[in-house]
Amino acid sequence: MGAFLVRRLIWLPILLFFISLITFALGLYGPGDPVQVMMGLHANPETIERLRHEYGFDQPFYVQYLRYIGNALQGNFGYSLVKYRDQPVGKLIADALPATIQLNLLAIGLGVLIGVPLGLLAGLNRDSWLDLLVRAFVIAGISFPIIFLNPVLTFIFSRRHDLILPAANLAVSVGPILPMVQGRWEGLLSAKIILPALIESTGVIAIMTRQMRAGIIEVMNEDFIRTARAKGLRERLVIFRHALRNALIPIATILGLMLGGLVAGSFLVENWFGVPGVGALTFDALSSRDYYVVMAMVLLIAVAYVVSNLIVDLTYGYLDPRIRKQ
Amino acid sequence: MTQTRSPAGIDLPHRARSPQRRVVGRLLRNPPALIGLGVVAAMILCAIFAPQLAPYAYDAQDLSIARQAPSPAHWFGTDDLGRDMLSRIIWGARSAVFVIVMVMIVNLGLGVPLGAAAGYFGGWVETVVMRAADILFAFPGLLFVFFIAATIKPAILTWAREAGWRDLANSGYLDYAVVIIALGVIGWAGLARMVRAQVLAVKEREYVIGAQAIGVPTWKIIARHILPNALAPVIVALSMGLGDIALSEGYLSFLGIGLQPPAPSWGNILSDNAGRYWRMFPQMIWMVWIPGLILAAVVFAFNFLGDGLNEALNPELVD
Repeated sequence: MGAFLVRRLIWLPILLFFISLITFALGLYGPGDPVQVMMGLHANPETIERLRHEYGFDQPFYVQYLRYIGNALQGNFGYSLVKYRDQPVGKLIADALPATIQLNLLAIGLGVLIGVPLGLLAGLNRDSWLDLLVRAFVIAGISFPIIFLNPVLTFIFSRRHDLILPAANLAVSVGPILPMVQGRWEGLLSAKIILPALIESTGVIAIMTRQMRAGIIEVMNEDFIRTARAKGLRERLVIFRHALRNALIPIATILGLMLGGLVAGSFLVENWFGVPGVGALTFDALSSRDYYVVMAMVLLIAVAYVVSNLIVDLTYGYLDPRIRKQ
Repeated sequence: MTQTRSPAGIDLPHRARSPQRRVVGRLLRNPPALIGLGVVAAMILCAIFAPQLAPYAYDAQDLSIARQAPSPAHWFGTDDLGRDMLSRIIWGARSAVFVIVMVMIVNLGLGVPLGAAAGYFGGWVETVVMRAADILFAFPGLLFVFFIAATIKPAILTWAREAGWRDLANSGYLDYAVVIIALGVIGWAGLARMVRAQVLAVKEREYVIGAQAIGVPTWKIIARHILPNALAPVIVALSMGLGDIALSEGYLSFLGIGLQPPAPSWGNILSDNAGRYWRMFPQMIWMVWIPGLILAAVVFAFNFLGDGLNEALNPELVD
């Protein structure tokens, strides 16, 4: 265990180096000349030459890379070239992060609250109709494309529906049940967050349910469960005191890994619902070729992923003492 | 079951069914997997016979019939430019199948040899391959695909123009190349990890050691003896991953980085209909749910099929 962690710690800076190198190379060489992008095709060649020099784009690759990394380590990720011309990228992202983190926290919370009980029920009643239903639901959760869920759920939940039955002389109006974000973002405590959070949580629900179902099935076959039953414990106690705790360890691991994903906004959801988060920011930047913003986002998410992975590995031994002994 | 005769002319008892036939048999007795297989088969048929099946040309515009609801003349209605949606969706199957097959080839072509080499040789080969996979895994999945697609696209277009293939650069065919490269470059890492783990498990078996002892060349040991016995989980992961490829192509095209209209792709049909027009004409929800449900059905189908294959290939998992 100790040697493993040491190796992980040595590997970390190498990993970060490669991540930043790939990101920078793609961002710089992929899209062609950033100054051309900024000025358009019909700019004065002299202006372009001057700007290239000013921004340092005429320097050799490694000089530009080192400068970028040096600045990034001091929190300076360059400046927006297109939409928010000359605003620091770091500030743009810092301003957008709170909305994304709130939305993601709610989505993960919903995912756990719905997914864990569902998986538990399905696993304990294996091969019953309930199990089949839950498994179908899980596959549905990962199968419905977000670009489908966005408009369809918006249609169902945030519009007024008029049901008119002339035969029964009946006219009912229902909804809108959940308002759209359109306009002002009101944060975690507003009803407007529910629909985007629900859509983002479909994937989390599927993962949680699947893991919980598999976990509880595995744990229920363990020797200590048989022992617990043999000494006459009631089934409820067997499940909640002995089985559940062990089945929850992988859930905690997945949650730890998801914490790294908190800073990654879903651009499909955020863009559709008008959430002013990093997902929408990245979407704008990608479509307007504002590569400094995209590069910073890719870097940020990759670093968050690597760090959360490391934290999960470090805390694993505390959650499951069996691993410490190995 | 027919009786087989041995060369010596003795009647042998019923011949044991081959493992392949047992797998197929188990798969065919699994209703969800059968449904999945049916949907995938229908999609492939649509892709092959798109010109014969589609009632209209996928890019035939007629503004006088724009945005019509489904009717006998246009089963799935028409879009904002009066194009027949059914025809576009059938042709979209061709785009989807093409992208899926090509990405699968790239993924397999990189992932299987690299993973097998890492598992078999160990040492620095393993270190390089697995660390490269780690690096790819650290990148945020979909965002990285979009980033690659968005950055290599101008490079590929410039390169084609400079090589004198202006027509090709303007034709939209290079969009397919962009999508395939972006998805292919990412996808091999997971496969390589899986193949490596499998090879590690298989390579200590007696028949491999036996083959080594009688001097079978290394590549032959890997290709003939190790890979076929390490392939089951790869097949399962692949069939589940194909749905993701279809979905990613849809998302790329939805965002305008993938296939461009008028090239038909379920993603850009959805983005045309949902992104722009549906906000203006919200009562026309069928413009969204028809292409959306079809994309969902395909992802469903691959997941069902993967689940079914998993149970058919590993019966011991299911008690």
